[in-house]
Parts: sequence; structure tokens; C-alpha cells
Amino acid sequence: MIGYLAGRLSASFLILVGVTIVTFGLTFLIPADPVAMIAGRTSTPQVREQIRVQLGLDQPLPVQYIAYVTRLAQGDLGRSYARKSDVGPLIASRLPPTLLLMLGAIIAELMIGIPAGLYAASRRGKTADKAAMIASFVSISTPQFVLGLSLIYVFAYLLPWAPLGGYGTFSHLVLPALTLGLAGGGWYSRMMRSSMIEVLQQDYIRTARAKGMPEWRVLLRHGMRNAILPIVAMIGLDVGIFMSGVVVVENVFGWPGIGQLMWQAIQSLDIPIIMGVTLVAAVFIVLGNLLADMIAPLIDPRIRLR
Amino acid sequence: MRDFLLRIQNLCLGFQTEAGYLRVLDNVSLDLTPGETLGLVGESGCGKSVTAQSILRLLPCPPSRVEEGHIWFDDKDILKLSQSELQDLRGNRIGMIFQEPMTSLNPTMTIGNQLAEPLRLHRKAGAGEARAAALDVLKRVGIGNAEQRLNQYPHELSGGLRQRVMIAMALICSPQMLIADEPTTALDVTIQAQILDLLRTLQKELGISILLITHDLGVVAETCHRVAVMYAGRIVETGTAVQVLTDPQHPYTRGLLAASPRYAKKGERMPAIAGQVPPPGKRGQGCPFAERCPLVMDICATMPPLQGDEHKAACWATKT
Repeated sequence: MIGYLAGRLSASFLILVGVTIVTFGLTFLIPADPVAMIAGRTSTPQVREQIRVQLGLDQPLPVQYIAYVTRLAQGDLGRSYARKSDVGPLIASRLPPTLLLMLGAIIAELMIGIPAGLYAASRRGKTADKAAMIASFVSISTPQFVLGLSLIYVFAYLLPWAPLGGYGTFSHLVLPALTLGLAGGGWYSRMMRSSMIEVLQQDYIRTARAKGMPEWRVLLRHGMRNAILPIVAMIGLDVGIFMSGVVVVENVFGWPGIGQLMWQAIQSLDIPIIMGVTLVAAVFIVLGNLLADMIAPLIDPRIRLR
Repeated sequence: MRDFLLRIQNLCLGFQTEAGYLRVLDNVSLDLTPGETLGLVGESGCGKSVTAQSILRLLPCPPSRVEEGHIWFDDKDILKLSQSELQDLRGNRIGMIFQEPMTSLNPTMTIGNQLAEPLRLHRKAGAGEARAAALDVLKRVGIGNAEQRLNQYPHELSGGLRQRVMIAMALICSPQMLIADEPTTALDVTIQAQILDLLRTLQKELGISILLITHDLGVVAETCHRVAVMYAGRIVETGTAVQVLTDPQHPYTRGLLAASPRYAKKGERMPAIAGQVPPPGKRGQGCPFAERCPLVMDICATMPPLQGDEHKAACWATKT
């Protein structure tokens, strides 16, 4: 178990080092000159040169990289060009809404996807299964802005049960979380279904039936525990995906999260923010997977041995 | 009339496949009296596992389908039971163990929890009561360190131990009958002997009936009171173990005996039965063994009936 965790942790560390190299590379990949962005169009060559030296851009690349990582280690994510403020606090102020939306979305995904997948698996090949799979296909393939706007139209305009958008109370969370939950729930239901169908063919399911267990209990007690692992792994991935900003949904619902920040930063080519968000998202992807890796052996004891 | 615990009557069962409907069991009839061990013997693919699983209706349906027949257990036709009546029978009055002890236990649950399940289902036992019973039954099937085993997971146990756990689980509600579907096939030879020994002992102690599915005539000789030999979905010979093993009437049974290490003549090459079992769908109107049979006659194009008193055989060449 300790070896397993140590392996996971060191893998996570290596991934993060790789990520810093990629975010560092962003500076050179994005077609914008930071010096020009900071100095403005009317600046003189002297001023530009001065800024270049200030930013350390005259140094060789390895030196620049080490300086970048050293700043990161001190919690300094750089300074936004456009907003004239530090990136760290800027992202930190956007984290709570995004975390909240992530939580709401994952709960919605699970509440939609797991029962639908279970039901479809238990009625495999029958009408209910086909209907559930068509529904999941539709929910997966509907663009998020269409889904989001439709929900707003129905539940905020026709039936004014929820606010049109914004952030603040629980009712603000419902529609954006549901939009993400419907799309993600489609994926979850498909994964749950195929995983459960595979598990239902195992010998221990026959054993459970031979004990005289009602079918729903076979499914929930013996099936779920074995079929849920891919879902746990997928939640881990989802944490990362939601943290890198659910750009469309945050914009549709006016949700002041990281996605909005990222979107605005891309429009103004605000490289430090782009770098910062990418890095934070990567950290959350790694954390999410680490969390999934730590939950997995609690569900399946055989993993502890690997 | 003998007193029957289980009586299978003219069971015809098949599977719907892409190639159409295939009959797998053809007029299978079996009797099991209280306290008796019946061996059901045959090559792989002859339908013995299907017969075993059909008793508890464990075959997925569809694609499986019972065309006709009855499975009487205690004066009730299992085939006509509702789901809840069936669930009340399974694991409670009839226990079952399977060929694959390695995969028949749930890898994510402790032995103790899995053992306790039948009791909690059928007797509505509380956690403490179920645990005590689980400990008791583990000791009964000869598992040492029972206390510690309860908290272990299946992957921490050897194949032989897992099969003992399976037996314990099947017996925990004190059923009247145990179906053992090739319980020793996947185990090492020494472990096989131990498990058979255990089944014999348990039967003497508990007086339960056992339906033992096997392809090994040696197992039959050691364990069973009576034997039914199956070939291509039909019962071809049945009688007491002594009758069938010492005076086989059906040429197929003779072939099986000759090909079994225990009964083959010493110092000679063991003869194999030439040819193969005809697959379902390729079985005609006549005796299914005809094309491999050394005694084949013209009349074998018609199906021979299973005839005789206690020792029955389905063969035209048998003098009755």
C-alpha cells in the first residue's frame, strides 16, 4: 500500500515538472510579444529594452526557466499584462465559484449517469436500455451553449424557477450544474452501463444469484462495487477538466469562475494568466487523479498489491 | 415408490442463437432421494452443467428456454415458481458450488461478508449472529484460523480454501440439497481429494442430498451412491455406482471407463473414444452415439429408450 502511494506521488511530481515546461513554453508559442504588451505601442526602443532586461528575457532559456520555476515555488505566478495585477490572487479569487460549479456538476453527473447506466445494464437489449442510450447520445452531442440556453429559456424564463444567471445563491448553481451534469451524465451512463454489463457476466454474480439474492441487490451490492472503478477514475479526470475552466457554460450563465478569466485572458493575449490557469488546472488534474488512485484500493483490495 | 427430494422429468431445454434455436437437453430425467449423492457424468459439452444450472434457473433467459419438462423439488415445480419463491429456494434449501473457485467469490468483499449473506437474506440474521454462524461453518468445512479468514479477501486465499469457502457459503443455511458443479476440476490433485473427502463427510454429518457434476469417473466411484451418464444432452445410462462402474450397459459408458486411468487395463495404451460429441443442432433422430459406437446397428437410426429397472440404459444393443 505504501509502495503504491509512493509510486503514485512520484508520478504526479514528474507530471507537474513536465507541466511547468509546457507552460513555460507557452510564452514562446503564443504569438504575442510580452514586451510590446507591457510597454504599449508608442514606447521607445530604450524603454522596451529596459523592460526586456527587467523580465529577464535577455537571459538564455534554461536560466529563464529556472527563474520561472523558482518564482512558482515561491507562489508567484507572475503579473497580468492587461489587468496590472498579480496572477496568483486573481486566480485565487476565481477559484471558489469554479470549485462550487465543479462540485455541483459532478454531483449532477453522478446522479444522472449512474442510475441511468445501471438501469440500462439491467435491461440490456430491451426498450428501456435503447431509450436510455439514445438519451445519453443526445445529451452528449448537444452543444453546451444550446443546452444551457434551452434550460435558461425553460426554467428561468417560461417557468421562472431559477435566476437567469449570475452567482451567489444555491439557485444560481442549479442550471449551470445541470447543464454540465446532463452532458457529463451521458458519458457516465454509458461507462456505467458497459462496466456493469461486463461485471454481470462474472462468476461471482452467478454465485450471488445462487444465494437467493434479489436481482436489484445483486446489482447494487455485488455489481456496483466492481463496476464503479472506471467511474471513480473518470471523476478524477473531471476534476481537472472542470478546473481548467468550463468556458462556455460560465459565459452563458455569467458565472465568475476560472473559465471566464481564461476566456478574457485569451482574447487579450494575457500570457501570464494563460500560463497561470494552465498550471492550476494541471495541478488539479494531477490531484484529481491522485485522489481517484487513492480511492480505488479502498474499493478493490487487489489494487493494494500492485 | 422411493421418496424423492428432486425429480427432473423430461426436461428439454435449448438456447436461441444466431443460427437459430438449438436444443441442448433432450428429455433429461433424474431422481435424487434424501441423503443420497448422485453423480452426473459426461464429457464437456454434454449438457451436465446446463442441467445443474437449470435446477436453480441460473441460466440467462433469453437466450435459454425450457421447451417442456418439470423440475420437482419437494412437490413444487421449480420451473413454475415466481421470482421471490425461487429466491427463497436458492441458497436456502438448495445450495450450489461451482467449478471456478477463483472467480466465484466477489473480489471486493471480505469472506465474512460473503459468507453471511445467505443467512442475512433468508434468516434475517443480524450482523453478530451471522458472523458467529460464519465462523462455525468455516470450522465445519475445515478452515483453520477461521476468525482471521473472515476479514480476508478472496485473493488472499488459495484455490482449495476458496472452494471450501464456497461450500461453507452453500451450506450456511442448512439446505436439503447441494449442487456441486465440477467442484474439483480446477484444483490440484491433492486438494481435489480433500474437497471430495469434505463433501463425503458433510453428507454423512448433515444428511443432505448432493448432485455432483463431474467428468471424472474416479470421483464418482469415491463419492456417489448412484450415477447418471450423460451424452449429447441425453441420459444414456443410470444406476447405482456399483452397477454402472462394474457392469456398464451402454457402449459410451464402457468407452468412458476404458479411457479412465483408474479403470484402464494396466500396461496397455489407454483407448480413447474415436470421434467427437455431435454439437447441438447436428443431432439427428437416432442414437446420438451411433457414429462413434462400435456396436452400431440399423435400428440405431431410431432413438433408443432408456429402459431397465434400477439400472437403465438407452441402447438397442443392451439385453434387457
